[in-house]
Amino acid sequence: MKSNIKYTNPVGVSRYTGLLLILPFIIGSLVLTMYPFAASFIFGMTDSRSGEMVFTGLGNYRSLLSDPDFIDSALVTLKYAAILVPLKLAVSLFIALLLSIELRGIGVWRTIFYIPSILGSGLAVMIMWQFLFTSGGLVNQLLVLCGLSPVSWYGDSRYSIYIIVLLRLWESGSAMLIFLNALKGIPREYYEAAKVDGCGNIRGFFRITLPLIRNAVFLNLVLQTISALQEFSAPYMLTGGGPMKSTYTVGMLIYNEMFRFGDTGYANAVSWGLFVVITAAVAVLFRLTGRLSEEI
Amino acid sequence: MKAAGIIKKTAGYVLLSAAGIIMLYPMLWLVGASFKSNDEIFSSAWFIPHDLELSVYVRAWRTVTPYTMGHYFLNTFGIIIPRMVFSVFSSVLTAYGFARFEFPLKRFFFSLLMCSMFMPAIVKIMPMYMLWGRRGLLDSYIPLTLPALLAGEGSFVLMIIQFLRGVPKEFDEAARIDGCNTIQVLFYILIPCIKPVIATICIFTFLWTMNEFIEPLIMISSVRKYPLSLILRLSADSTGDGYEQRKIIAMSVIGLIPSIAVFAAAQRKFVSGITAGGLTG
Repeated sequence: MKSNIKYTNPVGVSRYTGLLLILPFIIGSLVLTMYPFAASFIFGMTDSRSGEMVFTGLGNYRSLLSDPDFIDSALVTLKYAAILVPLKLAVSLFIALLLSIELRGIGVWRTIFYIPSILGSGLAVMIMWQFLFTSGGLVNQLLVLCGLSPVSWYGDSRYSIYIIVLLRLWESGSAMLIFLNALKGIPREYYEAAKVDGCGNIRGFFRITLPLIRNAVFLNLVLQTISALQEFSAPYMLTGGGPMKSTYTVGMLIYNEMFRFGDTGYANAVSWGLFVVITAAVAVLFRLTGRLSEEI
Repeated sequence: MKAAGIIKKTAGYVLLSAAGIIMLYPMLWLVGASFKSNDEIFSSAWFIPHDLELSVYVRAWRTVTPYTMGHYFLNTFGIIIPRMVFSVFSSVLTAYGFARFEFPLKRFFFSLLMCSMFMPAIVKIMPMYMLWGRRGLLDSYIPLTLPALLAGEGSFVLMIIQFLRGVPKEFDEAARIDGCNTIQVLFYILIPCIKPVIATICIFTFLWTMNEFIEPLIMISSVRKYPLSLILRLSADSTGDGYEQRKIIAMSVIGLIPSIAVFAAAQRKFVSGITAGGLTG
């Protein structure tokens, strides 16, 4: 958001009035953003397993890189994000394209696709999902109906991650809305002109639609990557991180280190590590897509 | 030309219906399963149960704790209502400051606002846990509600800023000529213009708080103070083999009702509100 337009204050209004108005936010960013940011780095340099806090310098951060638990959970998390994010973008864009065709009752459809995201990560939905994937659950019954053999979703480390992937795909509504909003901004004349020039639907999609909604693609890419890398509640509720740690994400590791093993220092070091990874991922995305949009 | 249009529309309807069924069927199944015996749950993919035995909902309402679900609904509303009031108050003030005034370090604070939106929640939660712990405020609703007073939700602020930009500055100037001061301009002129976005913020706060799980899990420890989401989790945990599965399913259905009701009632306003603010669920 660029603020090129310089607003001037009304006559008689002090230049500190604005500061006073955003005071709640200023205090908030100190307490809710800067403090946790600094504190978790500092807590990450301590060891409190013995009951009192001992300063250990960068010890926790160094052991991160050689801790197989952390490396495994980082790999699980990256794998999960690599599977989920492209699929979620594809699914939500597909639905948004369908919804952008002018059909009757489009508001109802839009609501239907948004409902799962509203109920989102609520516990009730998790419980529902848990039942769907049990050995005799709905998903396996459908697989059998289609002539396939049922899958042990919770017992097979190859499939367990897809329980979570499918849950998050089912909740594509918010990404879909961002796409839908961008699609609405494309003037119809563009497609008509392209048609005159003999451009088909598929070429039209790649040559017109995609370049014009690239900001929405990028926004979704960033938002979905951030939330995928932080995944905690779904593995916590659905799989407990198993089987064989196949769904043991970094979020799970942080929670367990902190609240089950009582290793506050290490938990903070990991969460700071995660923050660095997320920031790096976002930065890489910025560069990559920046280059992409230049090429287009 | 016309035939192609019809084919396109038909294909659109077919695909939408297929996708719509995938979206809705799990929920239909959930409602149906709340009436089914354990055997029936795991043997039939069809959602309509053999018989409707409503007494399961009475049992679900009693929960597995000494308190009823009514108690936990009240707990949840005890978090939601202060949150709504606090969020609206702090976000409107902050957005007003950003949208209508020049002040030192404005750019810096604005970038801070954007950064706060991209900060992973998981990094915040542990230092906050320790902060509240040192103040002796864990196991109360203060850690869950007070941050709302500090404009903790950057996306809300951004949404209001966008709406305020749509209100002509001439309105403010006219009001000032008539003798309104800074606060009066906000209350008499601007707030009436941005009512839709305030409603959207309230709805979002409602839905997010209903779903919220990690923060209460970490901050609240006594069962009496649990919000709805945690009581569902507690019940899900205590279901062993041979346990009556439909009871926990019925609890989930009850737990979903408020969100669905609020969403259904506010659907139109809500969807247009989010698209305006680029908010995500």
